[in-house]
Amino acid sequence: MTGEDRFLETIEADDKVEPRDWMPDGYRKTLIRQIAQHAHSEVIGMQPEGNWITRAPTLMRKIILMAKVQDEAGHGLYLYSAAETLGVSRDELQHLLHTGKQKYSSIFNYPTLSWADIGAIGWLVDGAAIVNQIALQQTSYGPYARAMVKICKEESFHARQGYSILLALSRGSEAQRAMMQDAVDRWWWPSLMMFGPPDAESTHTEQSMEWKIKRVTNDELRQRFVDQTVPQGQHLGVTFPDPDLAYDEGTGHWMIGDIDWDEFWAVVKGDGRLNRERIAAKVRAWEGGAWVREAATAYAEKVNLRRTA
Amino acid sequence: MTYEVPEIPGEQTEDPTGHHDEHGWPLWEVFVRPKRGLNHSHAGSLHAPDAEAAVQNARDAYTRRAEGISVWVVPSTAIHASDDSEAMFEPFEDRPYRHPTFYDIPEEVGQM
Repeated sequence: MTGEDRFLETIEADDKVEPRDWMPDGYRKTLIRQIAQHAHSEVIGMQPEGNWITRAPTLMRKIILMAKVQDEAGHGLYLYSAAETLGVSRDELQHLLHTGKQKYSSIFNYPTLSWADIGAIGWLVDGAAIVNQIALQQTSYGPYARAMVKICKEESFHARQGYSILLALSRGSEAQRAMMQDAVDRWWWPSLMMFGPPDAESTHTEQSMEWKIKRVTNDELRQRFVDQTVPQGQHLGVTFPDPDLAYDEGTGHWMIGDIDWDEFWAVVKGDGRLNRERIAAKVRAWEGGAWVREAATAYAEKVNLRRTA
Repeated sequence: MTYEVPEIPGEQTEDPTGHHDEHGWPLWEVFVRPKRGLNHSHAGSLHAPDAEAAVQNARDAYTRRAEGISVWVVPSTAIHASDDSEAMFEPFEDRPYRHPTFYDIPEEVGQM
């Protein structure tokens, strides 16, 4: 049996492809791109939330947020490791992120203006990420699928802590409820955009579905998210900034109005509120940490010398 | 969320593989023992300058929620893998007599 036959058989049987298996160049390339973007998203995603660590309203909220941001770093690590099994180096991925040659999810180019945004991110952004990542647990590449299983386990804490922040605000003062509503108004549409362009315009979907890298289409995932999220919003007493949002008795689904794809494309192409600032902060952190890496390397060498002397 | 952000101008399209890590920190495989009585099993991998730092990083990366009570780190280069071809493992598939279910035991005999 040739490597290609075995690859096709593996995909057909819903089995997992593993690092040392033969795989088509396109499959490897698509995976590197997608896993890298996913990893970069986790890492850049630390910035909008890290922005509120020092201003969290209570010590408990503060340690929770720190734990969440630490999780995002961990998720980045799992994903970079998965990408490395495909033959790409960590430094190279980092270099591609820093030079803008690889992207991360556009959602992280929006600013976190109030404490309620931290709640909205957990509830909506992580909520959307969970819907997507649950589907990706079934992806055909073993290391990616395993990373997703681990991430999904941790991500559910993220969504719940976000919702809990908003619940507290919903039971608070008039001003706190207004702050919550403002956050939902700003995060609702970008969260829906996270699922990507409509299926009809999604260029990669067909091949990715064939290879079972992607198991569920953008529109279907978006619908799952809307259906689970709208009732949760009603419980909080918030409205969604969509006059066309309506429950369809016939299908049992919540129908949304038109998404502003011009905004989506503008942010993807680099003209979001914070595209440049996010990358600049990332590069700054990398350069600022250089002495730590150098010191760790020097220390390891010294210990090694002493051991062998 | 879609992690296949649409392609846009300026994106790298050539193959990113084949570069080496510049800081040269080796890759370590991490094994975690979830609790006493169980084996260490593979949890993932990470880069670190030496074993001591690798253990510390493994603790932070893979046991943030009491997933383990012990970790091992092994340089990835120290792992020798089997040749996963059919020839290596297939012979076992036609030896069903190695399994207990191959043998029919009369019901009256009871559990065996």
